[in-house]
Amino acid sequence: MTEFEVPVLSVKNLNKQYGPGCPHCKEGESETLVKNYCQVCGTVYACRDVSFDVFPGEVLGIVGESGSGKSTLMQCLYFDQEVTAGAAFVRSYENGEKNLFQESSQQQRYIRNHIMGKVYQNPLLGLRMNFSSIGNIAEKLIAAGSNHVGMMESRGTELLNKVNIPVHRRKEAPKYFSGGMQQRVQIAKALSNNPPVLLLDEVTTGLDLSVQASVLDLIKSLQRELNISIVLVSHDLGVIRMLADRTLVMLEGKVIEEGLTDQILEDPQHPYTQQLVHSLL
Amino acid sequence: METLLEIKDLSKSFDLHNLGKHIRAVSHVDIQLNEGEFIGITGKSGSGKSTILKCIYGAYRIQQGSIWYHSKKFGRINLAEASERQMLYLRKHEIGYVSQFLNVMPRTTARQLVQQAILEMGESKSFAEKETEKILTHFELDQELWDSYPTTFSGGEKLRLNIARAMVKKPRLLLLDEPTASLDHDSKIKVKLLIEQLMNEGTTMLGIFHDLEFMNHLVNREYNMQNGVFS
Repeated sequence: MTEFEVPVLSVKNLNKQYGPGCPHCKEGESETLVKNYCQVCGTVYACRDVSFDVFPGEVLGIVGESGSGKSTLMQCLYFDQEVTAGAAFVRSYENGEKNLFQESSQQQRYIRNHIMGKVYQNPLLGLRMNFSSIGNIAEKLIAAGSNHVGMMESRGTELLNKVNIPVHRRKEAPKYFSGGMQQRVQIAKALSNNPPVLLLDEVTTGLDLSVQASVLDLIKSLQRELNISIVLVSHDLGVIRMLADRTLVMLEGKVIEEGLTDQILEDPQHPYTQQLVHSLL
Repeated sequence: METLLEIKDLSKSFDLHNLGKHIRAVSHVDIQLNEGEFIGITGKSGSGKSTILKCIYGAYRIQQGSIWYHSKKFGRINLAEASERQMLYLRKHEIGYVSQFLNVMPRTTARQLVQQAILEMGESKSFAEKETEKILTHFELDQELWDSYPTTFSGGEKLRLNIARAMVKKPRLLLLDEPTASLDHDSKIKVKLLIEQLMNEGTTMLGIFHDLEFMNHLVNREYNMQNGVFS
């Protein structure tokens, strides 16, 4: 079926394996695999033929158990990892005609700085803990080509305000902040270059419930206000239910089911998805 | 009269893999719904009534049969084959669903909930604010509740809010899944008034009712379901 909209991000047959592969596990489909692990050569097939589209202004949820390949997928999309095979296209880069994975590392850096934002589960990966909070934002702005201190200062303040970090604490380093505040600084940093696509990797995992709620509310309101497209990875179906319009279910590196979020929750098809949904408290 | 919705040979079953069970909910159902019509479906609970509505709304996957809907945006479209994005569009702009359960975003006030429904359709903020107050007033939702979270509401209040949220969009097709269950007499009359108003404005409706008396005064035609088929 041809779509009536153009996707913002399109991922096609993304594959990522750790290890060389061997004649026994070639293509990651052989029966010698235990789950997605080859017993002969030790290769792990973390992502197997993952394809999806993300449309303007939508939240695409990706759910799956630990080890299902969700984070590897996000790392590949943000160039933290090199893919083994596959393609990704972003509409606002070269008209969506160039495979991002085949671009030079310099171009990939450009895409990271201008077109994508990412928030990591672990703030240590997304923030410089010893820089000031506003300095963290300025870092991303500089990377995106900003050089006017006054403008960066006001943009940084605006963003921290938006994520409810008190202005008088903007010069404090994130290492003095609580986990929830660190996540909010990360979100502000990720938003600083107005990315059309935001990648959120387990952003509320490990936060206590009330803090989790404030981060989720923030994401929802930002999405509504700025109309950015979000890829939201979580193992928590509650988070997915609250935020995602559509959802992919991953297991052992593969997308085993996809659909409208209420379809996944009310009419799950795959045995694993059924088990997952029925485990929901 | 134009046909707005045509269900042909719809069957739906559930495979519960972990329990090794196969449950057949609906078998070979045909319904034709003309523009402006209001059809009621009656039947015991468990007879498959809600399943039909959920198939139309896309909350259940359609495995067998077709549901042809005449969309303003997409023309004649088989909802069984519509893309996820098309379904999302139709939910925002054309097809409304009211159930007896309010499924809301946590920490969202009644006012925000209704406003968001209007904003989703691309209306202006000032219009949304005005319409929200109008409909909340119509349903006599206590003003004190407007800026409270619906989780604290009584069953009747939740339901009225739920209906207000769906009706404020004036959908072309409105699916009503026992909208009056657990409502008191006064609230039922409110709902009825609004349904009549929507009918006058040309909204087509398909509804499930337990309250036959309520339904008989409203619907043009009715079907009775037994064990997943029309009797």
